[in-house]
Amino acid sequence: MKTTTRYLKQIAVTAVSALVGLAFSASVATAETELTVYTAVEAEDLKKYADRFNEDHPDIKIKWVRDSTGIVTAKLLAEKDNPQADVIWGLAATSLLLMKGEGMLMPYAPAGLENLDPKFVDKDNPPTWTGMDAWVAAICVNTVESEKHGLPMPTSWKDLTKPEYKGHIAMPNPNSSGTGFLDVSSWLQIFGEEEGWAFMDALHENIDHYTHSGSKPCKQAARGEVAIGVSFAFRGAKSKAEGAPLEIIIPAEGIGWDMEATAIVNGTKNLEAAKTLVDWSISEKANKMYNEGYAVIGMQELAKPVEHFPDNIPQAMIDNDFEWAASNRKKILAEWQKRYDSKSEPKS
Amino acid sequence: MSVAADSAVYARQRVKPKASRDDWQMRAFMLVIALYLLLALAFPLYAMLSKSFKNDDGVFIGLANYAEYFGTPALSYSINNSIFIAVITTFITVLLAFTLAYALTRSCMPFKGFFKSVAMVPILVPSLLPGIALVYLFGRQGMIPWLLFGHEIYGPIGIVIAEVFFTLPHAIIIITTALSIADARLYESAVALRANKFRIFFTVTLPGVRYGLISAGFVVFTLTITDFGAPKVIGGDFNVLATDIYKQVIGQQNFEMGAVVSVILLIPAAVAFVVDRMVQKKQVALLSARAVTLQPDPHKRFDMIMLGYAILVSVFILGMLLVCQYAALVKFYPYNLSLGLNNYQFDLMDGGGWDSYFNSIYMASYTAIFGTIVVFTGAYMVEKGRGFDLGRGLFQLLAMMPMAVPGLVLGLAYIFFFNAPGNPLNFLYHSMAILVISTITHFYTVSHLTAVTALKQIDAEFEAVSASLKQPFYKTFSRVTVPVCLPAILDISIYLFVNAMTTVSAVVFLYGPDTTLASVAVLNMDDAGDIAPAAAMGMMIFYTAASVRLLHYFLSAYLEKRTQKWRMR
Repeated sequence: MKTTTRYLKQIAVTAVSALVGLAFSASVATAETELTVYTAVEAEDLKKYADRFNEDHPDIKIKWVRDSTGIVTAKLLAEKDNPQADVIWGLAATSLLLMKGEGMLMPYAPAGLENLDPKFVDKDNPPTWTGMDAWVAAICVNTVESEKHGLPMPTSWKDLTKPEYKGHIAMPNPNSSGTGFLDVSSWLQIFGEEEGWAFMDALHENIDHYTHSGSKPCKQAARGEVAIGVSFAFRGAKSKAEGAPLEIIIPAEGIGWDMEATAIVNGTKNLEAAKTLVDWSISEKANKMYNEGYAVIGMQELAKPVEHFPDNIPQAMIDNDFEWAASNRKKILAEWQKRYDSKSEPKS
Repeated sequence: MSVAADSAVYARQRVKPKASRDDWQMRAFMLVIALYLLLALAFPLYAMLSKSFKNDDGVFIGLANYAEYFGTPALSYSINNSIFIAVITTFITVLLAFTLAYALTRSCMPFKGFFKSVAMVPILVPSLLPGIALVYLFGRQGMIPWLLFGHEIYGPIGIVIAEVFFTLPHAIIIITTALSIADARLYESAVALRANKFRIFFTVTLPGVRYGLISAGFVVFTLTITDFGAPKVIGGDFNVLATDIYKQVIGQQNFEMGAVVSVILLIPAAVAFVVDRMVQKKQVALLSARAVTLQPDPHKRFDMIMLGYAILVSVFILGMLLVCQYAALVKFYPYNLSLGLNNYQFDLMDGGGWDSYFNSIYMASYTAIFGTIVVFTGAYMVEKGRGFDLGRGLFQLLAMMPMAVPGLVLGLAYIFFFNAPGNPLNFLYHSMAILVISTITHFYTVSHLTAVTALKQIDAEFEAVSASLKQPFYKTFSRVTVPVCLPAILDISIYLFVNAMTTVSAVVFLYGPDTTLASVAVLNMDDAGDIAPAAAMGMMIFYTAASVRLLHYFLSAYLEKRTQKWRMR
């Protein structure tokens, strides 16, 4: 019995000390600077990005908060009055424009700005955001499944509305996915509003399901879960490199695109570290790093061709009106949701 | 304390025995734990309820949110979908569980212990896992999609199969208990009256377990309607209430609408809970002291049929896990079936990487340690305290409430309560502590009931004797109560540990960048299309929970020998 009591005492002591430790670990800060960085960069690249940055700046630790573009955007907007992020590194320019409109971003001209393609820099002076790379829409087609179902290879967006593709297409929901939104906003620009919605009505008939994330349709096409995934070229190239039987199609009408961009959040308590990170994010080293996955980058003269990427991408990119897309984002998303977000409703 | 209250206490002292220092200390302990339950349950729920009547600027707008909800068919139709799924699942699960429980209690088939253990396996995995297995079995690239005769697995069919897998063990536990307390004398009389087997089954067996069946039905119904993992993975575009809450909050950051759906989900869960409590009280009354335990006689044909059935159920359960493990090891399903560990590179995926796995183990351990301390102490103070009946009654009520609150609703309520700018507790937000607190609270009721049952077995004389020996209550508590109740204490801690490992619902709203969890990682990886790594992480959870469960088994066997000798005659 004695031993039992002693055990219990020991357990109690351990428990109390653990509780105290738990309470402390929630509040104590570390000695080095820690930056909270919100991002929509693909998860598999996050470690690489942080490691390369730390090679030059080992004293700044990056704490990533990653999610789909739509989620990160919504999260940042929801935290407007009490921002948790120091820096945004790798979020759609259209989203950053939205935040610029809300006065959430700090104008800052990073060192080396003049080396960047002007397309990749916010129009204001000093700019509120700088671009990293362009991510472009693409269609991922599974060659094995297409053959099995006798599907011809699509060459344009309009092809996807043909009846033979019914039930074979997956596409991201633009409410949660940045890729989904750039698809929708580019169709409205390519075809014009009226024809654009008519195109989506027809496409909706062929869609098997909408996904939460922009990479999922391509990953599903890679696995043959669907034959065709409306996604983005970067994801397709990655899956192709992993051995998936994929063809990456750049539709003839042209492709929507958006920039992954960087900005400092107003009210950050780590301004110096934030500036260091943003300076680095447009450096030559960073651009070469982006080029490992993306064909179009901020310093295009450095760009080398990326394996499995179709080489006609720069020509196919439409003249995207980011300001228009950003200011109409809310309206477009509401319209989209009204029209298509009820696939499960009974058809009575 | 006010003067009026003072004099009230004084007035009571004349007719009642004077409350000793011990009594006051015990009441203080109880109050502290009651305060915990208020902070961790009642206040957050109130915050959520009030949120559902406000717009996103925090202005009270009455029922406008509800009007919008019912005016949007895409949203309100989920109520029908949820109830449809829950009713079908309940029917199938109870039928399957009853048959297996019947085989386990009323047949002489061999390997009963094995089949009983296998039937408990689904408790050890997150409810996302059966969904993932179904994608591999019946998806477009599935192994055996022809079994569905051209039907689609994404949608109601998939959800129901996954929910049956997920709820089966709970129904089996309840029905097995109901079947094993049958009175053999009833069967003897029936045979003496020359009733045939079918007549006996319908007039003796079924009525005998009716409360067990009803109770199992309500438990399965509640688990299904509040579950979020299965419909998330395999539901496709078939919306249910639980996934709607998630979509509104995570997908669109529409917290007010999330609160409205939560309130609506709370209603069926609460009703099922109340009915179940009423039914369970009646079940106890069935047991009479003179009952004779029923011993099944061997019948070769019947036993073989039951054995065949038990094998089928085991194949169903173990098959799902095997499929997941296989999927996790295949390099690139279905185009490259060679095996490798590339799906275990969690650090390259969404969801927090390997850190999330270790976070889960920490979280589950903290939950087991602190949860057991809080729950058992609370139960002791309520059960063994004297006087103060009103306070003890209220405490019991508080302790029962978590059972009726779905995890997603609890998690959302925590956002509203703990993340409110004015709340002094908001430093807890995104911390490990809030994950532990929410998990303890979510699983409080069953732990509390386990503790109370164990404590009821100890004679109240111990307290009386130690009081007359002028020993403080905590000495009785640590020298008598805790050692005697050790098996129950271990049961509580293992229950908390396993559930903390597998739960997704409450914590999905509460984890932060440093506190990602394995179960949530399964969800996020599946969301990003990385289904094989999701399966791999799900199986890691299974292996961890299963090892701890085995450890628990050996530890209790050892403790049984060391500390429970007094139970032997």
